[in-house]
Amino acid sequence: MPHTHPETELHNPQSTKPPLDPHLKALENEAIHIFREVAAEFERPVMLYSIGKDSSVLLHLARKAFYPGRVPFPLLHVDTGWKFREMIAFRDEMVEKYDLDLVVHTNPRGAAENITPFTHGSALYTDIMKTEALRQALDAGQYDAAFGGARRDEEASRAKERIYSFRTPDHRWDPRNQRPELWNIYNGMIRKGESVRAFPLSNWTEVDIWRYIQAEEIPIVPLYFAKKRPIVERDGMMILAEDPRLELLTGEAKREEVIRFRTLGCFPLTGAIRSSATTLDDIISELETATVSERQGRAIDRDQAGSMEKKKREGYF
Amino acid sequence: MTAPALANAALDETAVALPVQETARVVRDTRPLRLITCGSVDDGKSTLIGRLLWDTKAVKEDQAASLQRDSNGKQNDLGLPDFALLLDGLQAEREQGITIDVAYRYFSTDKRSFIVADTPGHEQYTRNMATGASTADLAVLLVDARVGLLEQTRRHATIATLMGIRQFVLAVNKIDLTNYDRARFEQISHEFKELALSLGVRQVTAIPVSALKGENVVYDGRASMPWYEGPTLIEVLELATTRSAQTVGFRLPVQRVSRPGESFRGYQGTVAGGSVKPGDSVVILPSGMVANVTKIVTFDLVRNAAVAGDAITLVLDRQVDVSRGDVIATIDSQPMIGLAFDAQLVALQPEGIQPGKRYWLKSGSRRQRVQVQPVSQLELKTGKWNHADELPMNAIGKVHLAFDEQAIFDTYEQNRTTGAFILIDPDTNNTVAGGMITAKRAALGGIHTEESRVILSLPADLADQLMATELFANRREDVEVRRVTAGKAVEIIDTIDQ
Ligand SMILES: Nc1nc2c(ncn2[C@@H]2O[C@H](COP(=O)(O)OP(=O)(O)OP(=O)(O)O)[C@@H](O)[C@H]2O)c(=O)[nH]1
Ligand SMILES: [Mg+2]
Repeated sequence: MPHTHPETELHNPQSTKPPLDPHLKALENEAIHIFREVAAEFERPVMLYSIGKDSSVLLHLARKAFYPGRVPFPLLHVDTGWKFREMIAFRDEMVEKYDLDLVVHTNPRGAAENITPFTHGSALYTDIMKTEALRQALDAGQYDAAFGGARRDEEASRAKERIYSFRTPDHRWDPRNQRPELWNIYNGMIRKGESVRAFPLSNWTEVDIWRYIQAEEIPIVPLYFAKKRPIVERDGMMILAEDPRLELLTGEAKREEVIRFRTLGCFPLTGAIRSSATTLDDIISELETATVSERQGRAIDRDQAGSMEKKKREGYF
Repeated sequence: MTAPALANAALDETAVALPVQETARVVRDTRPLRLITCGSVDDGKSTLIGRLLWDTKAVKEDQAASLQRDSNGKQNDLGLPDFALLLDGLQAEREQGITIDVAYRYFSTDKRSFIVADTPGHEQYTRNMATGASTADLAVLLVDARVGLLEQTRRHATIATLMGIRQFVLAVNKIDLTNYDRARFEQISHEFKELALSLGVRQVTAIPVSALKGENVVYDGRASMPWYEGPTLIEVLELATTRSAQTVGFRLPVQRVSRPGESFRGYQGTVAGGSVKPGDSVVILPSGMVANVTKIVTFDLVRNAAVAGDAITLVLDRQVDVSRGDVIATIDSQPMIGLAFDAQLVALQPEGIQPGKRYWLKSGSRRQRVQVQPVSQLELKTGKWNHADELPMNAIGKVHLAFDEQAIFDTYEQNRTTGAFILIDPDTNNTVAGGMITAKRAALGGIHTEESRVILSLPADLADQLMATELFANRREDVEVRRVTAGKAVEIIDTIDQ
């Protein structure tokens, strides 16, 4: 449905921000270019929206890329049913506020076979509730391009991925035969059933993301900021203990700690960090002295060697 | 600075000692420097970048722990971890100990930030090297000090130059394995500088390096090489310049037409050269229609100017027909428009580039059909261009391009965006070449009429003048020049007329 934007709206009322520094401006320009290129070349693009900080930046850039028009594709959230409660609330708020189209998909096998991170282990659980669910949702929507917020600095196999990452009809990535990608000329030619994953944030680092969130005043889930929260310690991770489905094992006890999250995913698989960072400034200075990478808190990346590449080959983002 | 204990001492089992963490606030007043490593197989490219990341503290503790774990059993004589594993992130790469595809990594010093593309040395994966080279400001070319320059070294240096890289660092690596042989270093540097000069590159810094031990990478190697007084690699990188924004006229390849409602019509794209401001007169190509810019719209504000690199939405003062693939340009200095162009390209796939085959060409946001006629291929050993009818994989060639519809280009020399293109094979949809426009061809004498020749007989002064032009210089190999006496000319003309 076309939306009308009267001319008067062209002056964005909230534009009192100072201009971006050249480093962030270059990253922003590149991302907007990619958004526009994909939107123009593909018939049915979709944007993967995981509600985390990278997704928040991605959404902000999409709104910028198509302004004064509306974001011309839907957002897709693959909901495992085990996300942090605050994430879901935040998602619905964004959709409302920015007039977005949202598609939510949960793998029906989750409920039917009672698949949980506790009963099936992180590897199998992720495989079914994330990878398989994503494939189902992409097939159902017949999407030929899907934007993702992955960054090359996150992980060694991501560092190898193209900005337009070609996928076979069964969503496989073949890291040994990627299309050459020269300059900023992207090859979007595919056959029916094939698709492309497009990564506008490829060249951003974690610090860039935070500095951009700060500069652009982008809303993010409050879990990123430190606060006293109930946690339980399990497998060397601090897990948020607010969901009644989290059963305490023998020897475990709930306690309160001032914590925050560096990445957000499924709460039973995402470890918190001890931190007193309550502002964006705090987070950025914490990052600049951090001695571990952001992936550290994620069980899914550690469960086997080369696990991210394997998941990606099978269609994971 | 001198090398930390890590560089020389064998590591114990417990942990890899990371360099002490210091807070570094990076200066953000420029965009990051983009660099590639290139050179032949096993020259130590990935190790060098791994070392660079390590010594600039871009490796976090958990990553260091996995590195330690992964290096176990595969450690070298020095007991140092295999730094290449920080880059070679694919399973196949780790198994084979080679790099297959480009890895992009990000690091910074307190002076600037860097994006580094670690490219594979294997000839089979030259396409991935070209991918990394296309966006780089600087190339670090590695040579194994024991081996010297190889054909692959020449290929990479040539591709890097073709793609517009004008700053080179020659890292003469594994110098530790030559006993820090100064004469060897100087000999290789000399050979490379000659090669670079023949490619038109004057800015070369040669550095003797041990990537593995971290000598002359971030920390100096004075302890082992007192004879070397030049800069370390990182010092050169900190001072290198980024590719300057092009100064030729305004170019906006139109990606999308934005029509959110009746009252708004904007043309969205990324400025590919020059600058624009409200009030400027512009021409829309290929139609040739003219309009004035009324507004530059971005999310934040209506801007009073936009420059190369900016992603904008342009509003014009009148209803003109503009669609995706068109180029909005300044009137004074317009891009070339025509049906036939000359280009250089690198063939990237096993099928090579076949004569007469119709490919898709994509440049900017414009995609169109093109017929490619190879003309010559570069012989890497000698630097000579030999006649060629087709181009095999990894070949660097000169070609003629013939289009069905008007094409719009600048030369690559003048504009790295509007002068660059890729070729896509319509049978496989794969990207089969990366190319750079060198000149426009007159339709006459183009590929369609390859056999036909036109003989001009001109007064000597006019002929000299014509031959001095750039157009002529670019087409010299197509032209046969015969200086004849007036009497001889009459004879020739007579035979033609018969
Ligand atoms: N002694 C010594 N060995 C080195 C040095 N640099 C690299 N090596 C070793 O050389 C081998 C190859 O290094 P890589 O970094 O994988 O080489 P590469 O150039 O990245 O190889 P490809 O990417 O496959 O072309 C490894 O075993 C390294 O440990 C050095 O300065 N001194
Ligand atoms: Mg390598």
